[in-house]
Amino acid sequence: MVRIRNCSDLEGLRRTIVEGRDQKKPCIAVCSGTGCQAYECEKVTEAFLSELERNKLKKRVDVRRTGCRGFCQRGPITVVYPEGIFYQRVRSEDAKEIVFETILNKRIVDRLLYTDPSSGQKFVYEKDVPFYNKQIRILLGNNAFVDATKIEDYIAIGGYSALAKVLSEMKPEQVIDVIKRSGLRGRGGAGFPTADKWESCKRARGDVKYVICNADEGDPGAYMNRSLLEGNPHSIIEGMIIGAYAIGSNEGYVYVRHEYPLAVKNLTIALGQAKEYGFLGKDILGTSFGFDVKIRRGGGAFVCGESTALMASIEGKVGEPRAKYVHTTEKGLWNRPSNLNNVETWANVPLIILKGRDWFSGIGTKKSKGTKIFSLVGKINNTGLVEVPMGITLREIIYDIGGGIPDGKEFKAVQTGGPSGGCIPEKLLSLPVDFEKLTEVGSMMGSGGMIVMDESTCMVDVAKYFLNFLLEESCGKCAPCREGIKRMLEITTDISSGRGDAEGLKLLEELATVVKDFSLCGLGQTASNPVLSTVHYFRDEYEAHLNGKCPAGVCKALIEYFIHEDKCNGCGLCRKNCPQNAITGEPKKPHAIVSEKCIKCGICHESCKFEAIAIT
Amino acid sequence: MGTVGLEKVDTIISSYDSDRSSLIAILQDAQAEYGYLPQDVLKRVAVKLDIPLIQVFGVATFFRAFRLKPKGRYLIRVCLGTACHVRGAPRVLEETERRLSVKAGETTDDGLFTLETVNCLGCCALGPVTVVNDEYVGQMTGSKVASLLKRYAKKDKG
Amino acid sequence: MVNLIIDGVKVQAEEDTTILEVARFYGIDIPALCYHEDLSPYGACRLCTVEIEEKGRKRLVASCLYPVKEGLRVRTHTARVVNGRRMILELLLARCPNSKTLQDMASKTGLQRIRFKPEDNDCILCGLCVRMCAEQMRSGALGFIGRGDTREVVTPFREKSEVCRSCGACMYICPAMELQCRGIASSRDLCNSCLVISPQCLEKYDQVMCYVESCGGCTGIDKIGKGGK
Repeated sequence: MVRIRNCSDLEGLRRTIVEGRDQKKPCIAVCSGTGCQAYECEKVTEAFLSELERNKLKKRVDVRRTGCRGFCQRGPITVVYPEGIFYQRVRSEDAKEIVFETILNKRIVDRLLYTDPSSGQKFVYEKDVPFYNKQIRILLGNNAFVDATKIEDYIAIGGYSALAKVLSEMKPEQVIDVIKRSGLRGRGGAGFPTADKWESCKRARGDVKYVICNADEGDPGAYMNRSLLEGNPHSIIEGMIIGAYAIGSNEGYVYVRHEYPLAVKNLTIALGQAKEYGFLGKDILGTSFGFDVKIRRGGGAFVCGESTALMASIEGKVGEPRAKYVHTTEKGLWNRPSNLNNVETWANVPLIILKGRDWFSGIGTKKSKGTKIFSLVGKINNTGLVEVPMGITLREIIYDIGGGIPDGKEFKAVQTGGPSGGCIPEKLLSLPVDFEKLTEVGSMMGSGGMIVMDESTCMVDVAKYFLNFLLEESCGKCAPCREGIKRMLEITTDISSGRGDAEGLKLLEELATVVKDFSLCGLGQTASNPVLSTVHYFRDEYEAHLNGKCPAGVCKALIEYFIHEDKCNGCGLCRKNCPQNAITGEPKKPHAIVSEKCIKCGICHESCKFEAIAIT
Repeated sequence: MGTVGLEKVDTIISSYDSDRSSLIAILQDAQAEYGYLPQDVLKRVAVKLDIPLIQVFGVATFFRAFRLKPKGRYLIRVCLGTACHVRGAPRVLEETERRLSVKAGETTDDGLFTLETVNCLGCCALGPVTVVNDEYVGQMTGSKVASLLKRYAKKDKG
Repeated sequence: MVNLIIDGVKVQAEEDTTILEVARFYGIDIPALCYHEDLSPYGACRLCTVEIEEKGRKRLVASCLYPVKEGLRVRTHTARVVNGRRMILELLLARCPNSKTLQDMASKTGLQRIRFKPEDNDCILCGLCVRMCAEQMRSGALGFIGRGDTREVVTPFREKSEVCRSCGACMYICPAMELQCRGIASSRDLCNSCLVISPQCLEKYDQVMCYVESCGGCTGIDKIGKGGK
């Protein structure tokens, strides 16, 4: 390892690394993102390593731990390069067969290939797998080639050459101009034009300025930022250095939420290596520009994703937002000019510099350029991280990429924007996804969480869920948010318990408007979105609850479990599993549920293999 | 509960150069050492960082990462993120609360289990997810709770 | 000096002042609960919200924090603002039904009935006591803990604070519970008596006394046909 003193040093190093690598050498790339960690991918990696050792192949075959590959439903993912053979649901026991068949004998292990559920067709190569067809993976795609703990991997694929170009050929104003013309907008949720933010921070008065990366990612169901940080931390670091140069900052922070230990670990390693190589610290690449980055961990508070709360947290205080009448670009962290951007925003910067603003603005719609990473989760067949061009329709994401709804159920709604967003119904599925369109229909882009819901999801319950979440996460400072959300939750709880009335629904809407208009920060100001959007698109469902029915069969007070006598064969499984001993019946004779004892836990329904238990 | 050894927290505070803005990180490291944040530790941090005690207490109660009571031998975290919610996580939580006779946030009397909820672990493909210490259990349902708890109770004895 | 227009009236203000300070200086009544001129502004009660127009764009801001700017147009009592204030007071009253101060403020907005289930709280979490203790008394014995609906004002570990000097400033500054309602047990209906009664104390003193201590005279009056609480 040598400290890179200038741009030609870097080019030289890159050539050395690339030439030192045999492009034809087999590489087993095992996805090691947190999702696959939960699937025990470490055991898979170790199994490969020991199998290769056993066959004396350790020097002739590489094993690489990569970041998230996106197709999380089918994890653990293992791809064999250079061919790009895509194996899914790989267990440690499969390592032996893969090494023997694919590495040694160039044969495919059929049973581990992805099979299309409807056509039965198997796909061998990664590039052919339908999940990836409509995606443009400019950001996540690089996870395949990079071991996050090895800076050489990042350099080999062109890493830090954007930085070299910026420092050797461009003035700060020129950098801002390129970003401006590319049309890059913030990926954290609000979609504010990134170059405008950089410019106002650059213009602000003060010698000490800060550049901050928001990796708080609090929206439940969203894990895009985590996968970028875990899989390719250098892409964010490089983006931040370029941004700092453009703005005139020498100090940076990455604020990572408390629940992401692997991201913190990989980022720490990456920062250390970047510093060793001279990409961070003083006199970067032989210029007089210096920049350093520190990591700050969150403490478990969704509100700390809000910029002023995040900065308060870095200062060691509670995450209480403050009014932004004076922007944080003028007075932010420690009252100094601060530029805060999301992980995904930073990751786009080196690509735009390297491949050009026209390349970037060629993707997407008129006002929303580039790609967006979404976490497609919930009632969907292909759960995972998808990266798509702005302008793709919701239908394409959910059906073509997502594979539609499991168990033959019907689509009901898709929720975007996290707790700040809204639910979008079936009739709007042709909506092209971009910042403006999503806001127009009462939701928002948000950080990228996309939760799919089907006929068995109750929209009143969804509103209740988000209100409960927001009430717990509210900092509690301002009255409209704290008291308003509390009372909106009370009303929706009443409605879902069958105690609601038309007056209550009217009060709910009135309250939602005041919370939206009068709250201090974004959390309160958008807290009404889940309520208002579900009442708007699913009013009939709310009214059904007012009449004592929960059509989706979720709200306990309004449903009953009962056993179909003609379908029940008396196996007794439900009776055994019932925690309240509320099921009676003799062996081989139809059973019955004693409704007074029934707590509607649903265990009988889960246990029955004959679909004899129904919910009304 | 007797007095707590304060050398550990003193070392942690020094490692951050007694920097006030590192309060959250100091408390996190202290919790990792002590298992939770005892009153004496919070008082010590306030004194060493020269911050009003009420401010340290405020930070320790604002962020969910911090625990002011000792936790059980096994930490059960039930994910209640949106994706897990629509897949039925509330039923998993209810059944776990019922079986353990505690509510989320509490520890069982025998000190075996602490039950917490968490808002998204980022493994939505496995949802609904429950994590016990470091073990991730996916596709949880109400009916699987009993056997999961039994397995850990057994593990504790053996 | 900066020129701006409040409720159609052209006014001048020094730079680095807030809309609320200027408005009150000119006698325009913008209500507030968490604001005190000798303490730092907090922007938590949101009652001081006003509508501003800047570069053709209208929005709602907290006047206790928003700095005056050249050419700013401010409207302090638009329908949206008044309705919002009424709702916020309704929410706060549902939390602290016994507060005469809140009841009087709410009556002025026309609120007559509280549509939420009443709680039994004394504190509206305005933070004046916290700031009083920290900024004026330089003690820092009180503070906020928790968040969301578990947020409260306490002393460290809920024990007597070592730095508390028992000065009573926190009690003095509290806007919500300085005056408790003397009527019979609170219901969801506000009596609105403060709008119509003639204070009995004026017969004896040359000054209305209920801003020092509530005499409860309003509770026996039948002027608006509600016959006390």
